[in-house]
Amino acid sequence: MIEFRSVTKRFPDGTVAVDDFSLVIPARKTTVLVGSSGSGKTTLLRMINRMVDPTSGEILIDDESVHDRDPVKLRRSIGYVMQNGGLLPHLTVIDNVATVPVLTGVPRQRAREQALELLDTVGLDRSLAKRYPSQLSGGQQQRVGVARGLAADPNILLMDEPFGAVDPIVRAELQQETIRLQQELDKTVVFVTHDIDEAFLLGDQVVILEKGAQIAQIGSPSEITEAPASEFVASFIGTERGTRALHAKRTGAGTVLVDAAGRTQGVLVEGDA
Amino acid sequence: MNLFADAIAWIFAPERLEGSVSLPLAIGQHLAYTFVSVVVAALVAVPLGWAIGHTGRGREVAVAVSGAARAVPSFGLLVLLVLIFGVLHKPEAAVVSFVLLAIPSILAGAYSGFEAIDRRVIDAGRAMGMTEWQILWRIEVPLGLPLLIGGLRSATLQVVATVTIAAYINLGGVGYFIIQGVPLRDFTQILGGALVVVALALVLDGLFAVLQHLVVPRGVSAGRTPDVRATPTRRRAVVEPATE
Repeated sequence: MIEFRSVTKRFPDGTVAVDDFSLVIPARKTTVLVGSSGSGKTTLLRMINRMVDPTSGEILIDDESVHDRDPVKLRRSIGYVMQNGGLLPHLTVIDNVATVPVLTGVPRQRAREQALELLDTVGLDRSLAKRYPSQLSGGQQQRVGVARGLAADPNILLMDEPFGAVDPIVRAELQQETIRLQQELDKTVVFVTHDIDEAFLLGDQVVILEKGAQIAQIGSPSEITEAPASEFVASFIGTERGTRALHAKRTGAGTVLVDAAGRTQGVLVEGDA
Repeated sequence: MNLFADAIAWIFAPERLEGSVSLPLAIGQHLAYTFVSVVVAALVAVPLGWAIGHTGRGREVAVAVSGAARAVPSFGLLVLLVLIFGVLHKPEAAVVSFVLLAIPSILAGAYSGFEAIDRRVIDAGRAMGMTEWQILWRIEVPLGLPLLIGGLRSATLQVVATVTIAAYINLGGVGYFIIQGVPLRDFTQILGGALVVVALALVLDGLFAVLQHLVVPRGVSAGRTPDVRATPTRRRAVVEPATE
């Protein structure tokens, strides 16, 4: 469990990225922080592994303040996946994945064997192990990034807009993989994105943020769609005019659901799903 | 062209192996001064440049000081240092002036090598739990090496050309033939000596070119092939052959 207690972050230039933010992130669930740029979502994520220290307030992991932890040890115990993978360009795929275990003193040979297994886990062919990141596609780089985040077998996995730089088809594929991995591995995942569809797809708990990391609404995707807390949330998730604004239309064969643009999105089936 | 032919004949004449200053001895002295000066300069400038590149602090000062240092005329500095150190310490005075000549290029190579690294790579290293020393040795040094070698390369060229003036204070080197030839108006000898200096510079430059090629991290040189992120399909990137 990760807990934010009245966390504020003011950067030296005076910008208040996060203003009095409190949140409980449950263990073994995926929590998605979603908001447009400037909502402080990345800052929140980076405060969990002390890449950013809060100006005031505290962050606790399993009731222990991260401020009391050594930043280097803390970061090694938390998986981190960033946009573009953030891979080290001068190391092969296998050595990129093995980086953290090697740092923590696992013998290189064993770390590499484990890394090969992780390539299987994230759905990469073992033949790519000796390639360099620049020889991989964007989607493959991202999978390597996920494998590296999992290498130290952390309980917590932080994902900072990991699929922002890949094309929509690969992104959809990676999102499905993320869901599969979460079911298999049962990690506490904190995921940052600006894409509400991605947030609803991946999140058990979705946190919609406004400027200064003000929480607009917290809930499961269903709770948010069924009862948007404000105009802001409604327009952000698109229940007014967007893809989620559906209305029923009677046809000869039954009732169908049509979106705002007049496209038929599905058929209404009576009874519980 | 006759002068060139004479100069080349002068270089390969059997008399060059005789006398109080043989050509091989002069070349040896020349290379020794170059080597010692560049090594000493590197010992000063590399750690300093790395510190500037890693912390991002002191860059303005380094740029200003090394820019000013480039403008100092080596010959004047050499004479001044001999006056300061005394005639008994002429080799030290010479090495110091060559070291000062070499430092700016090496310093710039060291810190600009670090600055050229994508900040996200360093950020990723830190987020994975690398200590600052591990970031330095495992990320910044290998990725900054090509530009550092470039700095050493240009420093070496400047020094090997400038060591010629060491002969002016009787320290030998290939400059001996040039400086001795001037009052004698022996243009063949002057040109012969100059050609030897040029040859030394070209050989050293060639060695550095090879070294620079060798130290480019393999994944980085592979990255100079077209950017795979810009390619439209995944498949194409997958079948792309592994390039050096």
